[in-house]
Amino acid sequence: MLRDITLGQYYQTDSVIHRLDPRVKLVATILFIVSLFVVDNFAGYLIAAVFLACMVKISGVPFRFMVKGMKSIVFLLIIAVIFNLFLTPGEAVVTVWKLTITKEGIRIAMMMAVRLVFLIIGSSLMTLTTTPNNLTDGMEKLMAPLKLFRVPVHEVAMMMSIALRFIPILLEETDKIMKAQIARGADFESGNLIKKAKGMVPLLVPLFISAFRRANDLAMAMEARCYRGGEHRTKMKPLVYHARDRIGYLVMFGYLASCIYFGRILKL
Amino acid sequence: MAIILDHVSHIYEEGTAMEVAALRDVNLVIPDGQFIGLIGHTGSGKSTLVQHLNGLMKPTSGNIYYNGEDINEDGFDRKNLRSKVGLVFQYPEHQLFEIDVFKDVCFGPKNMGLTEKEVQLRAYGALKQVGLEDEYFYQSPFDLSGGQKRRVAIAGVLAMKPEVLILDEPTAGLDPKGRDEILDQIAMLRKETGITVVLVSHSMEDVAKYVDRIIVMNQGSVMYDDEPRAVFRHYRELEEVGLAAPQVTYIMQELRRQGLEVGTDAITVEEARDEILKAVGRSRKMGGGGIY
Repeated sequence: MLRDITLGQYYQTDSVIHRLDPRVKLVATILFIVSLFVVDNFAGYLIAAVFLACMVKISGVPFRFMVKGMKSIVFLLIIAVIFNLFLTPGEAVVTVWKLTITKEGIRIAMMMAVRLVFLIIGSSLMTLTTTPNNLTDGMEKLMAPLKLFRVPVHEVAMMMSIALRFIPILLEETDKIMKAQIARGADFESGNLIKKAKGMVPLLVPLFISAFRRANDLAMAMEARCYRGGEHRTKMKPLVYHARDRIGYLVMFGYLASCIYFGRILKL
Repeated sequence: MAIILDHVSHIYEEGTAMEVAALRDVNLVIPDGQFIGLIGHTGSGKSTLVQHLNGLMKPTSGNIYYNGEDINEDGFDRKNLRSKVGLVFQYPEHQLFEIDVFKDVCFGPKNMGLTEKEVQLRAYGALKQVGLEDEYFYQSPFDLSGGQKRRVAIAGVLAMKPEVLILDEPTAGLDPKGRDEILDQIAMLRKETGITVVLVSHSMEDVAKYVDRIIVMNQGSVMYDDEPRAVFRHYRELEEVGLAAPQVTYIMQELRRQGLEVGTDAITVEEARDEILKAVGRSRKMGGGGIY
């Protein structure tokens, strides 16, 4: 029922991308997103598409897992496209009633759609190839300099890893609660908005209670093991850069440079 | 008036590398009024099976008939089916949500569109049927003990007046006393109302003395489907799939192996006692048995 969201769901397989240092993957994802917003011509998008396709291929994660993550943004995507299509001023192509589709509108809408789709696939690729633990380790390391400004980096990283860890658990729990309530004749689908919202109460109350109970148990378990934040904490598997990670950085910066050159500076 | 499963299979993630057959070609007839124990190890498919009975899950192949009607046909009233085939899930925490016990039990009948009066009558009746005392009716369901929560959860389903009551591991997480109380209550309820009961469990010990029939599931298939005594005769095969016969079965088998002429079909401690006394009496008369 609710298993379609891939965010925070690791796909277990062995590939170069899986073995990369999470810091490389994080930086790469950010650079990839930056590249998507830098380019503004066809050549740039072509480079991004080819690059993304290569990365997906190398990662060994079946493509349909990336698409799964897309389902959640279909709605957003449609709205963004429609708004851009109709509300961009410029040279009119078609006029329907008061709405005008402009040449610029089509261009921006298409760019928007491609950007969003690539963005989701790119970030799904990161979460699919990196375990949540690894991911937060990477974030903690990358954000370490912020400690100088008294940002509780470790705590934030811990909170994020816990949140990510609990997404699939809570989804599964939601599924079970829904089933238990449907067995008692609950209806989550039909009716108007108010009725639907009211219908969510039998789902949300048990879910919240269970989430609080889990949080409580987890806090207790952490305290029982003397967890007291990031001070003087060592890691069982400290992050160390290998040759492949350096190559990863090089590839990524090479990609960004070519994106900027072909997609922006060189007016193709 | 029965549930019939005709070649029912359920395969998760069909056509992918993660394909798992949760049910394989299950054929069953559940007649009215029977008390059935559905036993299986974790992951044997028993929970998947019961979710098919009230239409929460659809088989990937095969058909399920309730009173002769295919429940997965378009246009079949599955909401009505769910009030007829009541399913109580393992964790009461997954369904309790109202501010007090009474209101929570009202949820099911209310969803059936009954009048306020009828809803309250049914809720009251159901709470009485599960043996919950009046003093708890207006307490928050979250303040109750594990056993009481379970009773409220069962009442929540009973209030819909189902013809078939399915209980998924109703004793999980309860202490021995709470477990016996719940099971006795269910047995009594069944005697009073003649309702069909399917008790899902992983413990033979729990169900042995209550049920008329035991269905053993293993890896998605029905392994045995017979009356308890007949099933326990296969205690060696049961062990191989991670289950066990009641302890008295082992004692009787061992006594027999050691040379005492006892019947090995006893499934409760009382039956075993009678059987042993009979055998001891017999061997005394014959001038002493081997081991005494």
